[in-house]
Amino acid sequence: MGFYIVQFLTGLSSASALFLVASGLSIIFGVTRIVNFTHGSFYMLGAFIAYSLVGVLDGFFGFWISVILSAMAVGLIAVLMEMLILRRIYQAPELFQLVATFGPILIIQDLALDIWGPEDLFGASAPGMDGAITIMGTPMPEYDLALIALSAVVLGGLWLLFNKTRWGTLVRAATEDRDMISALGVNQKWLFTGVFFLGSFLAALGGAAQVPKGGASLIMDFEILAPIFVVVVIGGMGSIPGAFMAALLISELNVFGILVWPESTLVLMFLVMAVVLILRPWGLFGKPEAPGQHGQVGAPEQPYRPLSRKANTLFAAVLGLLLVLPVFASDFSLVLVMDMVVLSLFAASIHFLMGPGGMVSFGHAAYFGGGAYAVALITSHFELPMEVAFFMGPLGACALALLFGWFCVRRSGVYLAMLTLAFAQVAWSVVFQWGELTGGDDGIIGIWPSPWLGSKAAYYYFTLFFGVGGIMVLRRTLFTPFGYAMRACRDSALRSASIGIDVNRQQWLAFAFSGALAGLAGSLFVYSKGSIFPDEMSLARSFDGLIMVLLGGVKTLAGPVAGASAFTWLDDVISRLDYWRVILGSLIILIVLAFPQGIAGFFRERFGVWFGQETDT
Amino acid sequence: MKRLEIIKFGAIALFGGLIGFPASAADTITIGDMNAYTRLAAIAGPYKKGLDLGIKEINAAGGVLGKKLVIVSRDTQGKPGVAIKIAEEMISRDGAVMLVGTTFSHVGIALSGFAKQNKVVYLASGPLADAISWSKGNAYTFRLRSNVYMLASMLVDEAVKKNAKRWATIAPNFAYGKEAVSAFKKVLKARQPDVEFVAEQWPAAFKIEAGAEVQAIENAKPDAIFNATFGSDLAKFAREGRLRGLFKDRYVTSLLTGEPEYIEPLKGDAPENWYVTGYPWYDIDTADHNPFQEAYNKEYNDYPRLNSVIGYTTAYSVKAAIEKAGSTDSEKLRQAMEGLKLKSPLGPIVFREIDNQSTLGMFVGWTKLKDGKGIMIEGSYRDGANFTPTDEEVRKMRPAD
Repeated sequence: MGFYIVQFLTGLSSASALFLVASGLSIIFGVTRIVNFTHGSFYMLGAFIAYSLVGVLDGFFGFWISVILSAMAVGLIAVLMEMLILRRIYQAPELFQLVATFGPILIIQDLALDIWGPEDLFGASAPGMDGAITIMGTPMPEYDLALIALSAVVLGGLWLLFNKTRWGTLVRAATEDRDMISALGVNQKWLFTGVFFLGSFLAALGGAAQVPKGGASLIMDFEILAPIFVVVVIGGMGSIPGAFMAALLISELNVFGILVWPESTLVLMFLVMAVVLILRPWGLFGKPEAPGQHGQVGAPEQPYRPLSRKANTLFAAVLGLLLVLPVFASDFSLVLVMDMVVLSLFAASIHFLMGPGGMVSFGHAAYFGGGAYAVALITSHFELPMEVAFFMGPLGACALALLFGWFCVRRSGVYLAMLTLAFAQVAWSVVFQWGELTGGDDGIIGIWPSPWLGSKAAYYYFTLFFGVGGIMVLRRTLFTPFGYAMRACRDSALRSASIGIDVNRQQWLAFAFSGALAGLAGSLFVYSKGSIFPDEMSLARSFDGLIMVLLGGVKTLAGPVAGASAFTWLDDVISRLDYWRVILGSLIILIVLAFPQGIAGFFRERFGVWFGQETDT
Repeated sequence: MKRLEIIKFGAIALFGGLIGFPASAADTITIGDMNAYTRLAAIAGPYKKGLDLGIKEINAAGGVLGKKLVIVSRDTQGKPGVAIKIAEEMISRDGAVMLVGTTFSHVGIALSGFAKQNKVVYLASGPLADAISWSKGNAYTFRLRSNVYMLASMLVDEAVKKNAKRWATIAPNFAYGKEAVSAFKKVLKARQPDVEFVAEQWPAAFKIEAGAEVQAIENAKPDAIFNATFGSDLAKFAREGRLRGLFKDRYVTSLLTGEPEYIEPLKGDAPENWYVTGYPWYDIDTADHNPFQEAYNKEYNDYPRLNSVIGYTTAYSVKAAIEKAGSTDSEKLRQAMEGLKLKSPLGPIVFREIDNQSTLGMFVGWTKLKDGKGIMIEGSYRDGANFTPTDEEVRKMRPAD
């Protein structure tokens, strides 16, 4: 009996730690609609600063003062970021702020490395709470109980704040309807800044409070991201009690899950999220999103039009240049351009779904990596020749997208995005865990092109053919009845349905089509690298793709290509330097501030009329 | 778009000219090195210091074949795809004659595939995966560190003496952890057939729920525990285990824990009386090690970590290989590496002809707290040559070249 009570309390204590961080993310998202990736970095900073402060301030009170101080400090850093960066781009297209929150992650990582050094810093036990009490003969660490108490205090405090103060009422109102409260004359700017402070304060509090249980390390920022997103989504975006219940659900399932199924540690959380989203589309405590509630800001989108003559000439010129590249460029330049083409195709497939399709995928790496794995598995288990195996990429990815997409398209907005993320993580876990079939994290190696494509130049042309071809097919599809119907579903599901379009089916097929093209990119990728590893299906790869699309510009068709090329090239050039993450992070922020429409969006604004690609409105 | 493309290609040309200029000048030999310099800074940092020290010494003593060795180092970010791209660039643009480095096993495996395809010699200095020397081994890939199987086997001699019947294992949920547990189980069972494994826990790497894992092991009431977690997972496991009384009167044996990289961050929380593999640099007094430690101390005003030894030995392996080959031709280098003998700070090593695995060993000993710091005592060196499977088993595992 004692064992089960202690196991339950252990789960409650990790739920508390998770809740502190996740509640902050939920509050920020609820009000500002920003998917804030920097949240993990604030959590990490909270831990590092608290670690340093605890070394200076002694004793029981010193410890808790350090925790509070570090949370305050991080809150101020977050305010700085909000005022300097995010405030300038609230009018940018949907989700664009996500890219802006990506830059600071890189900068904070390098700063933390520079200030605190490379080694993991393991926190000392909290003074006065370094022992264990015995519950029915089973020991239970005191600090775990303190964490539970802390989260109860925070939960109560937040309830008071949101229900008993004017500011809290405004925040709740903003979560319900942002436009209305701004119409009522509330200064949104400071409301947003305040919310950002509160949310980041909670992130840092969570980071600081877990120092006695873990400490501070440089990988904390990414490790916390997935769990807190899961918690926020399961609980319902913007809901505090929801975040608490979700954290509790996840943690308890985890602590009891490992008793019966020890290998479940990777996949359990995401399975739960997928199941919850299928059964309860808006999470446990969330509310349906009002249509057009988020992101539909700024000027309405320009209709797509076929390329003008000038633009066609430019395209032909670029293509011509790419065709003659092997004549004078080094092997490595070809490798770099191949990477650009492959990632451009991947980004274009995301863009197809996200821009014209109106469905944001946070888990497109599942289809990119899925395609690559389809090729690698077929090749290594059945020894099919490359000429056949290559096409298994798009086919396999298409099948996977049909399966996952069937569930995803029945949701919309950010819940659709989160469901794609959940499925992608489940797919990743399966590949990672199922070592006998997929090689696990040792991957599959030795997948090289046939001898006739053996030379760099030959495979370069092959990549160019399928890569550029794939992008052109994606583009061309937008001007077919299928593409028009898809855009109709995005713009008004209701009207589309009333003129006889089966909206779910239309979106489902679009999802599968986009997945297939991502799989084609995966096929090209696996033969160019000769190997495939679960990394290519991971969250990081999905986010890379998203960032490329947003960096390039969501509202332009050239966006993903520009974004992917720029990102690949920047990454290659800068990663040679010692503090490349600071530089890349700063560059991303600069680009975001200078081109809120994305790179291609900016060029269209400037030169679009000249190219005949812009109406004169 | 147009302007962007122009800027882009202009900049490629520019940066290509500035940074990627070939170092294959007549009087130097370029070696391509890569590691997870940002993701695993605490491991890759000491590795790089050791490597640089070795190269500096070699060049001061006249270089190799009358030429200076030049190292080009790049950050893999821990991603296999990035590593392959860098490898292509090192070969085609920097003129590297061979590749060395990496810590992550999957990155090492990706590079081994690249090495085979492009017929370039790759010395995997840091990765531990058995697959690199066995199930995915190839003629162009050599490996310096003892692999997981060898390390786990080194712990068995002592475990057998304990004659514990009920064992529990805990290891991170990826290939390294799986290989460690399966090797330990296999070798222990062979020596002590009545042993029983009553619990296996697989926390996600770097995301351990330490409290719950400790309770789960405690619940199985084992006599002894085999641990393969490391880094922040180990720290959390050690502390929760101590608080919850898991280690009381239990025999614990643990992989990697005695390496300074892992035991030092634990400070006062370092476990006591665990039998571990590691590197007690403070306790080693041999003719091979002393000059290395002195030189390292003089160069960096710091003591060496295990990965400093790995980096340093990597440099000398490269030197020995090029000298034996008498050329930088890939094929000759590959042949030279087979059966290559040299001295490392830990003792003489040889790259086995049968699987290209070096016999560099490791120390085993007991952990102890001293002045609030974890150390390793009664450390003794285990030569890797004595802890491999039989030749027949190795041949069965290794694919035909």
